Amino acid sequence: MAEAATGALRRTLNLRRPDEVYNAIIDAHRDLDDDQCRAFDAGLILLLANHVGDADVIAEALAAARLSLNGGSRAD
Amino acid sequence: MSSYEYRHYPYQRPPELDGKGKRRPVVIVGAGLAGPTLALALAVRGVASVLLDEDDTVSNGSRSICQAQHSLETWDRFGIAQRMVDKGITWEQGEVYLHDTPIYHFNLAPEPGHKFPAFVNLQQYYVEEYLFDRCLAEKLIDLRFRNKVVGVRPDSKGVVLDVETPDGRYTLEADWLVACDGVRSTVRHLLGLPFPGEVFHDQFLIADIRFTSDLPKERRFWFYPSFHPTNSVLLHRQADNVLRVDFQLGRDADPEEEKKPENVDRRLRQMFGPEATWEHEWCSVYTFTCRMMERFVQGRVIFAGDAAHVVSPFGARGGNAAVADVDNLAWKLARVLDGTSPASLLESYCSERRAAAQENILNSTRSTDFITPKFPASRAFRDATLALAREFPFARSLVNSGRLSVPTIQPGSSIDTPEGDTDWLRGPAPGTAMVDAPVVNGRGGFLVDHVGPGFTLISFAARAVDLPELPAGMTGVMVAREGSAPSGWTALQDRDGLLRQRYDGRAGTAYLIRPDRYVAARWRRPDARELAAALRRATGHG
Repeated sequence: MAEAATGALRRTLNLRRPDEVYNAIIDAHRDLDDDQCRAFDAGLILLLANHVGDADVIAEALAAARLSLNGGSRAD
Repeated sequence: MSSYEYRHYPYQRPPELDGKGKRRPVVIVGAGLAGPTLALALAVRGVASVLLDEDDTVSNGSRSICQAQHSLETWDRFGIAQRMVDKGITWEQGEVYLHDTPIYHFNLAPEPGHKFPAFVNLQQYYVEEYLFDRCLAEKLIDLRFRNKVVGVRPDSKGVVLDVETPDGRYTLEADWLVACDGVRSTVRHLLGLPFPGEVFHDQFLIADIRFTSDLPKERRFWFYPSFHPTNSVLLHRQADNVLRVDFQLGRDADPEEEKKPENVDRRLRQMFGPEATWEHEWCSVYTFTCRMMERFVQGRVIFAGDAAHVVSPFGARGGNAAVADVDNLAWKLARVLDGTSPASLLESYCSERRAAAQENILNSTRSTDFITPKFPASRAFRDATLALAREFPFARSLVNSGRLSVPTIQPGSSIDTPEGDTDWLRGPAPGTAMVDAPVVNGRGGFLVDHVGPGFTLISFAARAVDLPELPAGMTGVMVAREGSAPSGWTALQDRDGLLRQRYDGRAGTAYLIRPDRYVAARWRRPDARELAAALRRATGHG
């Protein structure tokens, strides 16, 4: 991941109650179909990106998320 | 199949069958983890009980294997916790794998200086055996095997039970009935009380096997390992070189097929490789539910443990919550029985332990949803978390393979005293469990050795003359530099300075500890009036 890492993106935990935040995100998707999920996530990402503000951080997060696409999916 | 030798405990003809019965203060139904623990906790306080069990032996299968620190502290009061530690496997660390790579390591006891470890893994049949041994040696406990409850008739003053035995049926009268008879509670069914909650459809296969090679002590959890690529696997070590292997099977598995020894062996062979050898101990395919009763106290009938609430197994929150329930209940019921507290004190059992059950269900449901996502978006976020966990420490914190049982927090209970002082840097607040620390008192030991079975004030007063006056019904523990203490007080030295640190103890600081080792109140410098008021409140007179 070194190619995208400028060191701007926070790697360690920044959430005081991580399980609550994680489950709030999951619950927000509970009743959505696939298209709605995609639209919801797009809105959410734009809101959070604006809140973050720092273009270097966003670029690094985009690269990291892209690389992780091959990392954790089921083997089958 | 099992290497454990199941003893059959003797049935004895109950005196009621010969017209020699009498009304009992407490009848407990169910001799699992909660029932015998309650009987012993009542006996410590001089309360006699009859404990009824429908069969005559201990738990069939290892079942609840992770015995938490708080439970061990409870059992230590009956002198049986060390036996569990000696027999069981002490563990404090765990490893989580994605595919075959470790991605997350946790340590449940990063701080030293506790009498008991975070967890001891010990099969439920051993824990029950040690509880039964202790109950059978206790004159105040009348433990009756092969006594099956078939009728329950409560009224405003007590309960009449119909009990079936090999010699026929008898009736038993009690002031209070405590149902500790498990998830399929007979008492709950007989009273027609609902047990609402959520049903989960994923199936899991438990294989307990006896293994001869060198075994890891830590808990291990795999997401999608190469030996079981579509699901998760959990591994725990138990006493007698027994391993608990828990395979997630999914919703569509055929439980009868999966339970066949050749199919279990095929899975185990893929996991442990061609060289390993094992013998089968126990095998079970299970699904689970999360449920909770609306009220744990229904007139003169009280529910505890799985009879009152049930959770998924991830996090060891079933058996340990059952023990915490009866620890909370025993001192309150004893006070109501001897008239020192009003029956309304039991309302705090209901509210505190319902809050605890809610916290346990929330945590175990979150773990369950992470391990077995219920819809595509949930699975996508779970898999993204696992993928990021390789590179990003924050994502490792989100990986949820079970948040392991710690004493639940019961904030705002009506019997605890809200804090007046606001300068606490740390230390257990009212509504949280006390914290242990090493102390010196003649021979050494730990703070938990000096607390209970009544109310205990821990004071950090610098000198004996600075100690507050203790109200009747409270004993004092004085954290002192020297060994002498006034009457009513025990002097403890803070061996490693951990006691002051963990309680933010400054000159004059005091903590009021309840009989169940929860903090009822704390002050920077209490006077006698404040102590008495906190004690009145904690005993239901507030």
